[in-house]
Amino acid sequence: MSTTEAATETAPGLRVVQDATCTFCGCVCDDMELTVEGDRITKAKNACVLGKAWFFNHHVEERPEALIDGQPAGYDQAMERAAEILLSARFPLTYGLSDTTTEAQRVALAITDWIGGIVDTTTSVCHGPSGIAFQGVGEVTCSLGEVKNRADYLIFWGGNPAESHPRHFTKYSLMPKGEFVPNGRKDRTAVLIDVRKTKSAKAADHFLQVKPRRDFELAWALRALARGVELDPSIEETTGIPLETLEEIMDGMKKAKFGVILFGMGLTMTRGKHLNSEAVLALARDMNEHTRWSAKPMRGHGNVTGADNVVSWSTGYPFGVHLGSGFPRFNPGEFTASDVLARGEADAALIIASDPMSNFSQPARDHLEGIPSVVLDPKLSDTARTASVAFTTSTYGINTGGTVYRMDDVPIPLRPAFDSPYKSDLEILRGIESRIRQRQLAGSLPGPAVSGA
Amino acid sequence: MSSLRITGGTIYDPANGIDGDVGDIWIVDGRVVEAPAEPDASADRTLDATGLVVMPGGIDMHCHIAGPKVNTARKMIPDEKRTAEPVRRTRLTRSGSGGSVPSTFATGYLYAGLGYTTAFDAAVPPLGARHAHEELEDTPVIDKGFYVLMGNNHYVMKQLAAGEPGRLKAYIAWLLQSTKGYAAKLVNPGGVEVWKGGGGNVSGIDDTVAHFDVTPRQIIRGVASTVQELGLPHPVHIHCNNLGLPGNHSTTMETMKSLEGHRGHLTHIQFHSYDGDPDDQSTFGSRVPELSAYVNSHENLTVDVGQVMFANTTSMTGDGPLGYYLHQVTGRKWFSGDTEMEAGCGIVPIVYKQKSLVHALQWAIGLEWYLMVDDPWRIAMSTDHPNGGSFLAYPEIISLLMDRERRREVLAGAPAAVSDRCTLKDLDREYSLNEIAIITRAAPARMLGLAHKGHLGPGADGDVTLYSPDDDIQRMFELPRYVVSRGQVIVDDAQIVCDTRGRTHYVEPEYDPDAVDDIQAWFEKTYSIQFRNYPVGDHYLQDPLVVPTS
Repeated sequence: MSTTEAATETAPGLRVVQDATCTFCGCVCDDMELTVEGDRITKAKNACVLGKAWFFNHHVEERPEALIDGQPAGYDQAMERAAEILLSARFPLTYGLSDTTTEAQRVALAITDWIGGIVDTTTSVCHGPSGIAFQGVGEVTCSLGEVKNRADYLIFWGGNPAESHPRHFTKYSLMPKGEFVPNGRKDRTAVLIDVRKTKSAKAADHFLQVKPRRDFELAWALRALARGVELDPSIEETTGIPLETLEEIMDGMKKAKFGVILFGMGLTMTRGKHLNSEAVLALARDMNEHTRWSAKPMRGHGNVTGADNVVSWSTGYPFGVHLGSGFPRFNPGEFTASDVLARGEADAALIIASDPMSNFSQPARDHLEGIPSVVLDPKLSDTARTASVAFTTSTYGINTGGTVYRMDDVPIPLRPAFDSPYKSDLEILRGIESRIRQRQLAGSLPGPAVSGA
Repeated sequence: MSSLRITGGTIYDPANGIDGDVGDIWIVDGRVVEAPAEPDASADRTLDATGLVVMPGGIDMHCHIAGPKVNTARKMIPDEKRTAEPVRRTRLTRSGSGGSVPSTFATGYLYAGLGYTTAFDAAVPPLGARHAHEELEDTPVIDKGFYVLMGNNHYVMKQLAAGEPGRLKAYIAWLLQSTKGYAAKLVNPGGVEVWKGGGGNVSGIDDTVAHFDVTPRQIIRGVASTVQELGLPHPVHIHCNNLGLPGNHSTTMETMKSLEGHRGHLTHIQFHSYDGDPDDQSTFGSRVPELSAYVNSHENLTVDVGQVMFANTTSMTGDGPLGYYLHQVTGRKWFSGDTEMEAGCGIVPIVYKQKSLVHALQWAIGLEWYLMVDDPWRIAMSTDHPNGGSFLAYPEIISLLMDRERRREVLAGAPAAVSDRCTLKDLDREYSLNEIAIITRAAPARMLGLAHKGHLGPGADGDVTLYSPDDDIQRMFELPRYVVSRGQVIVDDAQIVCDTRGRTHYVEPEYDPDAVDDIQAWFEKTYSIQFRNYPVGDHYLQDPLVVPTS
């Protein structure tokens, strides 16, 4: 699956990889031109500031292939130990998955299914509420190329793309010239809605400073105006935005030919959570009575969208899936990783390309620290430090090929820059899966409780 | 070398003129072979099929089982999935969720459990091809492939408007190769682009699509003739304009005429056969008699039905404006997804009710199609899974076709006006087992140009389904005794006993390499991904099969 044939040797030891893909954020820009000297990327043409940091700060560290209880170990031994831990668990948790390839995610799903565990991804702590909102009202959306080619009215809500997704404005949404917006920026109106004036405000024609925790009320005010409902001027006290401004915005929204709302975690992770996402999705939907409107969450991690897709096609549900009864069950809050850990339920964990020890709640971290865990990470993260088995992995997109889904569900192949001495997540997970299957099929260990087997 | 002998079964193999004869079938290394001349020849394994009905493995030529829209539907309906019967993990097989849109592993096992060994997804946007292949790799047992959406593709429309048939031909071939797709699919040609470009739809096949200056008629005629020139195994696969609208029969008739004698497959024709006023659902009725008469007299046409069954299901379509229409009609949650330069998508959960005049008429109109097309080789069974209902409803449809009394019982429970607005009550025809074998296996294989499928002659894939005869036809077809895929026993007495991967089928039509420069120039100006990152690499398909063009 290597696509390194794309590299051209320009001088001894110097290679250029065309059309490489940056997996740092959900934009998944695939137009990188990487100059590679040995095992370093020295130039990253077309990369944004975050992308450059991602490519330049990637060094192959001198670390053991794996650590078992903190002691250096080889891959084989570590895979054996990992299989033992996962097979002997009664309530294992698989978590992370957003910073690895779909190929590796598929094997992680297989492992979790075979051992009857829970699988959850970082979606549950970022756009999980948008996923829940989606299940409530649906979504009217489009690919980023549609935004580029058609959008003449853009609303950025609860996000700061200038700093979180730096190329979104220039490559996909605000600036590019498109088939139906030939003059690029001049053909587009841009609105930023946020609780504070971020760097993104400069790029917008209108900045609406919504009062903190009033996004829901603002979305409903706009929905009311879209339907022609008269609003009381006191809406300004509620939302922080004068009625005339809202009416002016709604007028522009109705006159647009193709509008898009791009929303961030400033919407999904404040008071109201999935209700906020639902309100904004419903607003975009309602606008289709007047003209065409879409909405799209601005997803974060490189392949979190791939994780949603793989978990969905494998189980039917997007995240927070329990496989312990022999079939998939979905219940966010019950089967999501931070909750399962904080309640002290999981008795082993498989953590892939994620660092919950640096961002979960204290009770969740306390529990995770106390149970056997298998961690796959290129870096010695806080989570890897506390692992029973910590694998050192190569980095997806830089050392290994595979597939990554952009925030708009478009799958994009990776063209790695240089080889790593370390195995990929895919290779390690396959090694663990085959060991688990061997033991299960040989019957040397009791499998999970399965009805109908 | 592994061999399997199926002895003493009552064989229905219409492609080889075998209609209920008792005989043996020999499969060596996955393929059917002539019975050995030596009378004492033995096989590695023998299945005693005495008293069993033996047919080739079923083929679903039009369903929605993989790719972006199917997966979006899965994410959207936890409410339905929660109460649907799940597929439980076994020692050998993965778990999954069921309902109208099963998860990938469940889809493979459920098809196999039904005696179906091949299924084609009918609508994949090229930009989602990589995704569809990833899902198909996780869909076990069945052989599979997909059709590529082209009816609202900007490059297609531009070449048609510019009068560049050479470029169109090269592009369609290049697109099928790039996506590793199987056939060209048109969905509401031109109408989806109108919807994407500001809302609305075309009203008929002679409306002009703004900005592109092309009509649906030009798209249908142009793609149909190009597909024929390329020698693709399956002709253009057409989802007509105006799906679901009362009065759409005239659009369907015009679409068939617009082919001007070129081969064409009209899909889920049930949804396109309605009488009435588009703005008044109460005028809804059937126009199957005249449409089926036209199909009967035009050999260039084949159809599949898109039967509606009374149940909870999920409507999913590449027809974006149709999704909006269904959302407005039902008031249910709605997904719409527009793909740059290529396609649209609409998803809405839907319940078909026997007590609804419109739904019961849709059910009856589907059955009229099965019963009024004279030549079973030109009609294939489908529910347009999951649009009209789940593929799991096929046994029930078979029983309705084989038993007119059962049809009449259902009709008796529907609104009385149904019988006034269609001819179903007067149709006495009952399908034979041989005809069932045609519309569920032999005919779809022939329509798809799959010489190695749909029959049990030498050279065919060793895909065989064995049924226990039963007075209850539905039960007989719901629970095959054995299902064999490429010579391996997959299902034994309703249990999956062997997990295999199945093969993805695609085509590789030739094209002029000089034509790629123009495609690339257009692509680089319009798309949001890099040209070189668009084609699906070989490694996405394990053990694929390239079906030759003619």
